[in-house]
Amino acid sequence: MTYTIKTEKNEWEIVCGLEIHCQIISKSKIFSGASTEFGDDANENVSFIDAGMPGMLPVLNKECVRQAVKTGLGLNAQINKHSVFSRKNYFYADQPNGYQITQYEYPIVGKGNVKIDLSDGTSKNIGITRIHIEQDAAKSIHDLNPKKTYVDFNRAGVGLMEIVTEPDFRSPEEAGAFLKKLRSIVRYLGTCDGNMDEGSMRCDASISVRLKGEQGLRERAEVKNVNSVKFAMQAIESEAKRQVEVYEQGGTIEQQTCRFDQATGQTKFMRKKEYADDYRYFPEPDLPPLDLTDEYIENIRAQMVELPDAKKERFMRDFNLTAYDADLLTESRETADFFEKAAKGHDGKKVANWILGDFFARLNADKLTLEQSPIKPEMIGQLVDLITNNTISGKIAKDVFALMFETGQSPIKIVEEKGLKQVTDSSQIEKIVDEVIASNADNLAAYKSGKTNLFGWFVGQVMKASKGSANPQMVNQLLKDKLDK
Amino acid sequence: MAVDNNTVKQVAFLARLKVEDSKVEQTKDEFNKILNWVEQLNEVNTENVEPLVSVNDTTLPLREDDVTDGNLKTEILKNAPMQEFGYFAVPKVVE
Repeated sequence: MTYTIKTEKNEWEIVCGLEIHCQIISKSKIFSGASTEFGDDANENVSFIDAGMPGMLPVLNKECVRQAVKTGLGLNAQINKHSVFSRKNYFYADQPNGYQITQYEYPIVGKGNVKIDLSDGTSKNIGITRIHIEQDAAKSIHDLNPKKTYVDFNRAGVGLMEIVTEPDFRSPEEAGAFLKKLRSIVRYLGTCDGNMDEGSMRCDASISVRLKGEQGLRERAEVKNVNSVKFAMQAIESEAKRQVEVYEQGGTIEQQTCRFDQATGQTKFMRKKEYADDYRYFPEPDLPPLDLTDEYIENIRAQMVELPDAKKERFMRDFNLTAYDADLLTESRETADFFEKAAKGHDGKKVANWILGDFFARLNADKLTLEQSPIKPEMIGQLVDLITNNTISGKIAKDVFALMFETGQSPIKIVEEKGLKQVTDSSQIEKIVDEVIASNADNLAAYKSGKTNLFGWFVGQVMKASKGSANPQMVNQLLKDKLDK
Repeated sequence: MAVDNNTVKQVAFLARLKVEDSKVEQTKDEFNKILNWVEQLNEVNTENVEPLVSVNDTTLPLREDDVTDGNLKTEILKNAPMQEFGYFAVPKVVE
């Protein structure tokens, strides 16, 4: 789908790349033994290393390395066996060392790619440039005091993966689809919790525009720290439109840093890039290079979980699901696991319909997460079987489902205890049909004289008389035989 | 490679060092002396030589992912020029 910004004079296209900071899931920080726990009291989880005390030396956490390699493999990327830590020098209150330990020329992960699916049914590959690992900065709180900024170092030194993409995005939708895909992948892998609103996944977008068909790139603006998929899409759209306006009025764009204002949906100028990015990188003297072996990497590869793309394809193949349903079911690993348990040995397509329909609707209505569901996945499979083998009708199934949700009991037990088992014995149904016809002579006469739409009324009476337990197809057939005789 | 007075001022700014205007010229000359001396390295052919990151040929020691540190709030905040509610307090830095 081609996305352009059309004006009276021209047609413009967006060129956008993303940098995503993902907090690595690990118990302790990347260079110290302090806890990474989120939400503890200020400055509780801080070691002398994180506080930048003189003479303290960083020691690399092996779990952070493993998580970065895992993420690299999940993004189909080259793992660099040799990588080097560097110092990125800048002065700011959130970084007491005066530098951040990061990776520069030799990152741990190189080129990769991620497939995104778009709403028009097409797919696109987004290039990954690199992933490097580094330490997070402290958290600054600006709104507690009008004259001061408060700094909490609990976040300082938490491991980060910075994932950099190629400038492959041509529309806000593509960037949004990528962020969702990336979030889904890191959650599957268990390498980052992906919670953008808590700041454990943060996105910077580099945006420029050019005339459709134009070669080369124009100056770009970088929008910093956008904290939701929706805001990222809005920021890209509004920044691109702003640049188009500037160009069309004869102006030029200078390389600059902006922030996204959530209240107005607009980007706001922060600073020019001239001096700001003179970080004077040099190799970190406190850490020798990181060297990994093939065996180490292959070991991690062997333990990789099935990722959303592969799972989606398998669900479509094995359970005959549509791409849309398979997408919804594989977005999170928990949902996919739930579906798979429910579908095992049952009609997968029908199980998917129940999960994506009534089940999710009820979870949402009751504001429950999947883990809090009173219904076990196996019970949905059982319910589908009860319908498929004609033990209950689809209509009764809805009632059984409601009872399952309220009591947490299996549908088999509910159907037995409440006597909801469908009557498929034709002599029994016939008896009810005869009674209904006999006691409604006037309607029978009306039907015979041509008011055939009374048929539905007869069906209703029979179902009511059987307390909903009669097999609807059999009721239809028997009534038809008797009324049209 | 030679630096000029503006570069001296820029480097001083980035390092947050105060260099008096009267000292800029002298500092520039010192910078250039050092740079000229290091530039002798350009005489060596470094084609196909990997950059040397460290002269110590050691492997990087790695740590187990265990929580072994922290809970030092009092000590951590002890030297802070300003602290409030358990936070470090600094002059407002928001732009």
